[in-house]
Amino acid sequence: MSSGIRAWLDARPWIWSFGAALIVWLVTTFVVQGRGMLATLAVALQFATFYVIVGIGQMFAIAAGPGNIDLSIPGVMTFAGYIAIGLMNGSNYGLPAGLAAGIGVGIVAGVFNVLLIQGLRIPPMIGTLASGFVFQSMAIAYSSTTNAPPAPLLVSFSAARLLGVPLIALVFIIFTVFVAVGLRRSMFGRAVLAVGQSLRAARLAGLAVRRTFALVYLLSAILAAIAGILLAAYSGGAALDMGADYLLMSIAVVVLGGTSIAGGQASPAGLWGAATLLDLVVTMLNVMRVGAGVRYVVTGLIIIAVLALAKGSDETA
Amino acid sequence: MGLPAMALIAMLGAIFAMQPRAMSYFGLTVLLNFTLPAIFAAMAQMAVITVGDIDLGIGPFLSLVNCIAATLLGGRPLLGWLSLAALVGTYSLIGALIQVRRLPSIVVTLGASFVWLGLALLVLPNPGGVPPSWLPALLSWQSPLLPLPVLASVLLAICGELLLMHTSYGVVLRGIGGNPRAVAHAGWSLLTGRMVLYAVAGTCGVAAGLALTGLNTAGDATVGTQYTLVSIAAVIVGGGEFVGGIVTPIGAVIGAWIMLLAGSLLSFLDISTDWQLSVQGGILIIVLGLRALNRWSGA
Repeated sequence: MSSGIRAWLDARPWIWSFGAALIVWLVTTFVVQGRGMLATLAVALQFATFYVIVGIGQMFAIAAGPGNIDLSIPGVMTFAGYIAIGLMNGSNYGLPAGLAAGIGVGIVAGVFNVLLIQGLRIPPMIGTLASGFVFQSMAIAYSSTTNAPPAPLLVSFSAARLLGVPLIALVFIIFTVFVAVGLRRSMFGRAVLAVGQSLRAARLAGLAVRRTFALVYLLSAILAAIAGILLAAYSGGAALDMGADYLLMSIAVVVLGGTSIAGGQASPAGLWGAATLLDLVVTMLNVMRVGAGVRYVVTGLIIIAVLALAKGSDETA
Repeated sequence: MGLPAMALIAMLGAIFAMQPRAMSYFGLTVLLNFTLPAIFAAMAQMAVITVGDIDLGIGPFLSLVNCIAATLLGGRPLLGWLSLAALVGTYSLIGALIQVRRLPSIVVTLGASFVWLGLALLVLPNPGGVPPSWLPALLSWQSPLLPLPVLASVLLAICGELLLMHTSYGVVLRGIGGNPRAVAHAGWSLLTGRMVLYAVAGTCGVAAGLALTGLNTAGDATVGTQYTLVSIAAVIVGGGEFVGGIVTPIGAVIGAWIMLLAGSLLSFLDISTDWQLSVQGGILIIVLGLRALNRWSGA
């Protein structure tokens, strides 16, 4: 009986993050004596969406096997945010050009990363780390020439609610469903998991290994760009430090969400549980009136602790 | 190691040609002002890269040491030194955790970076504080013959080279990065090795943070951020390989100089410091690219 439950849980590694999020939500509600329960959740979902968008890209990278990771996410987010908002220049007429340019930044960044990793055979963590700094510095240089507000239409889209639920959360929940189905059914999704499980076997099976890795890093960069544009719109403009927390957060939502850090397995649903959890933890600490210092310490410790525990259970299994 | 040394000589030549005044005791002292934190940070990173790991938290760790040095170390020296010692111990434990649970160092150190940043903010919420007076005095000490940054670089490079490259335990430690199985079969503890190297990294990180405090004479919870990139780039540019634990202490010191002087070259060439990150990241990419080309032509 208990082994049946165990097997059921093992097949659903995302359960834990949702459970933890629920507990933190209830504790927060208890601290504020039940006021604004649903409002808290809606705000958490809003910010969770930004984590999930970059988390999906990072999940593909991590699932593609050991050594694969995208550290350029903060730089790409910031540069894409600045370029997109700069071109919009506060007008809806600039929206198409701004969106195209922002996503263009993502495509260029993705291609650049692939060139570094496959063309120059630089280890992904060093290559994407270096390229991330290059994009960050481009954002720094560009930021001195612009201080534009985002297009009003994009601002309303990024902050819109549908029946109390943030609209962008709904959009990306649907996208996550596509990702989850794609991982099981599509050629690309299966190829990512296959190279993550065994690069050698994937090669011998005749999979297009190089193309799979290239698509993974391209996808991650484009998603980072989209997250940067939406975050900049939601915050009323781009900022140089807007991506700073997203490097750790993109990895954290993947690991906490139940994706194995060893690769070869992905848990898209868990991204939402983990992102909501991390955001609710911040809310909880805020209502407990602790400072930014404690928030950072707790976030860091949660990630290390979960990593240490989760990885252990993989080994014994 | 020949190539980085030549690149360094070329950079120094260009700087001296543009700014002949830099070629004096005081000129060098000013030019190499922030050498000490950079070389110690590079040594910390090198210790971790020796076992094939990477430390993405070293920058925020410098900030934390900086904040402790600007508060506790002056006001309550005993507590200050104890907390710095505790930080070194924590570093060693992080190494143990990575070894025992076989975790990716990149994620653990990134998580630790949040802990360092949070602690730094707790110790010193707003920039300020006062370091003990001996610290700035030590950093502005005018050493005989060679300026302090040069002297310290030479000494650190020689010490690192002797300990890591010319002792039998140094060979074991480097072996963990290259072939951990063989090292374990030979009866050496991988756990002890990783803990020793992470403790070395923590100690060098503390030294780097103290040096930074002596130069800035104040504390700031975000002051160290840039040193993560600088330290990784220094090790790699100096001839280190990320895979297989191939490192050279002399190379790491030369790499740190190259990364620092790249910033000075920018200002001499009247290029905005906005591009500093690009140049540092770019150097890293170019060096790795050249190495890849070299491999192809060699094969």
